[in-house]
Amino acid sequence: MIDALGYTFMQNALIVSVLGSIACGIIGTLVTVNRMSAFAGSIAHASFGGLGLAYLAGFDPLLGATGVAVASAAGIAVISSRKRERTDTAMATMWATGMAAGLVFIKLSGTYSADLMSWLFGSLLAVSASDITFAIILDIVILLVITGLYKEFLSVSFDQEFSMLQGVPTSLIRGLFLILTALTAVLLMKITGLIMVIAMLSIPAAIALMFTGSLWKMMLLASILAALFNLAGLSLAWMLDLPPGAVIILIAAFAYVVSLIIERIRSETA
Amino acid sequence: MNEAIRFDGVTAGYRRGSPVIHNIDLTVPKSDFLAVIGPNGGGKTTLLKVILGLITPWEGSAVVLGGSPEKTRCEIGYVPQLIPEKSFPITVKDVVLMGRLKDSGLFSRFTLRDRNIAEMNLERLDVGDLADLDMNSLSGGQKQRVLIARALAGNPKLLLLDEPVASVDHDTQKSFFNLLAELNSTMTILLVTHDVGAVSAHVKNIACINRTIISHGETLSSESVEKAYGCPFELISHGGIPHRVLGKGSKT
Repeated sequence: MIDALGYTFMQNALIVSVLGSIACGIIGTLVTVNRMSAFAGSIAHASFGGLGLAYLAGFDPLLGATGVAVASAAGIAVISSRKRERTDTAMATMWATGMAAGLVFIKLSGTYSADLMSWLFGSLLAVSASDITFAIILDIVILLVITGLYKEFLSVSFDQEFSMLQGVPTSLIRGLFLILTALTAVLLMKITGLIMVIAMLSIPAAIALMFTGSLWKMMLLASILAALFNLAGLSLAWMLDLPPGAVIILIAAFAYVVSLIIERIRSETA
Repeated sequence: MNEAIRFDGVTAGYRRGSPVIHNIDLTVPKSDFLAVIGPNGGGKTTLLKVILGLITPWEGSAVVLGGSPEKTRCEIGYVPQLIPEKSFPITVKDVVLMGRLKDSGLFSRFTLRDRNIAEMNLERLDVGDLADLDMNSLSGGQKQRVLIARALAGNPKLLLLDEPVASVDHDTQKSFFNLLAELNSTMTILLVTHDVGAVSAHVKNIACINRTIISHGETLSSESVEKAYGCPFELISHGGIPHRVLGKGSKT
């Protein structure tokens, strides 16, 4: 493992793992307490359509994924703003439509590339310098927005109606939340692939929720856990020659089960 | 201006063509303590939403604290219905501080004054020692007090409570109404409930609503409300509505 650190691709993988954990812990916490994991899964899968389009039209796939992720987040917000009960259908439709469009575009483009598999299942060992730049900018934006508007994010997540009565711009806060979730989903695709983004946004935050009593502590613990899962998964995958994204998810799932057992024992002895 | 709330022929709802409340005339004087009772689906929550300016009347006019609800809602303290199973990582102190948001801008932190006001209101409601606890670890009655402290932190002139006794036991209800009676000396209180049995002797007036106002006023004095605990259905006139619909625990 130590000798692997000499390789640039391994250094890049480590850097993106840690940078991704910051976004993952903070946004994953908001996704979890707002019960929006289906939304995160939906925009991650929808962005496959953007990837297909990028391959067909020949522009940067990262741009395609980002554009479609943000557009589908906005689409779900608009469809569900009028009628809350439509949210579920909107998310399911977006989820499947994006995948279907992606497949059609890729067939049309005539490329069946390994690149595509890397978007589906992660490509941690092939991250580029531009991926690192994207991660740094996203982390800075998330940290600025969440620290600047922490009390608003906390109150809108806890009680949206009361926040609105207090004059908090709830639509602005929700809009920021949806956009940041879409961007984080794109970043995490690089690590675990778009199919498993939903797990990275849910599992570290779900474990953190069991052991913390306030939102910022939950964000902090979820970020630390995500970093541990990423680094442990990356090391284990390197040693056993397995795909890192999948190993990361398996480690996270194992930690989740262990946490559930610990919580069970704690509540029985308490 | 001696009226806290004045509704003239208010009709409102969510879907055009099927109003939830119809032609409501309701005047609530300042420093009143009004209980609005009615069956589930009878329009109590909709009435509260009109008072809070969350929905606009289709017909008629709603004046709250001398102005339009959208403008005056910053002077209203709102205590929503408790959702018992809701779990969220937030401390009691942070819940109460939400009541200070309207005086606090974006990209700023709560001031020392905000924190003092929050602390003071927690102590006023005898839950000051719970300030640093996780909201989830509190009992129903304690959570209720925290939500009232949050409403009071905004220094309201009118306190609105939605089903405030739905998830607290009988003994807690008693001390809860004593508390409301005390608060009533400085502000107007309006509470809505489907549970006639929960309406206390401290209430000054009762309005009965089922889509429209069926009865309202001083026809029910404090003494008769007290008696109403024993046989509420004989004391309160409900027009043609089956009396059972107001019975304890009734659900629609």
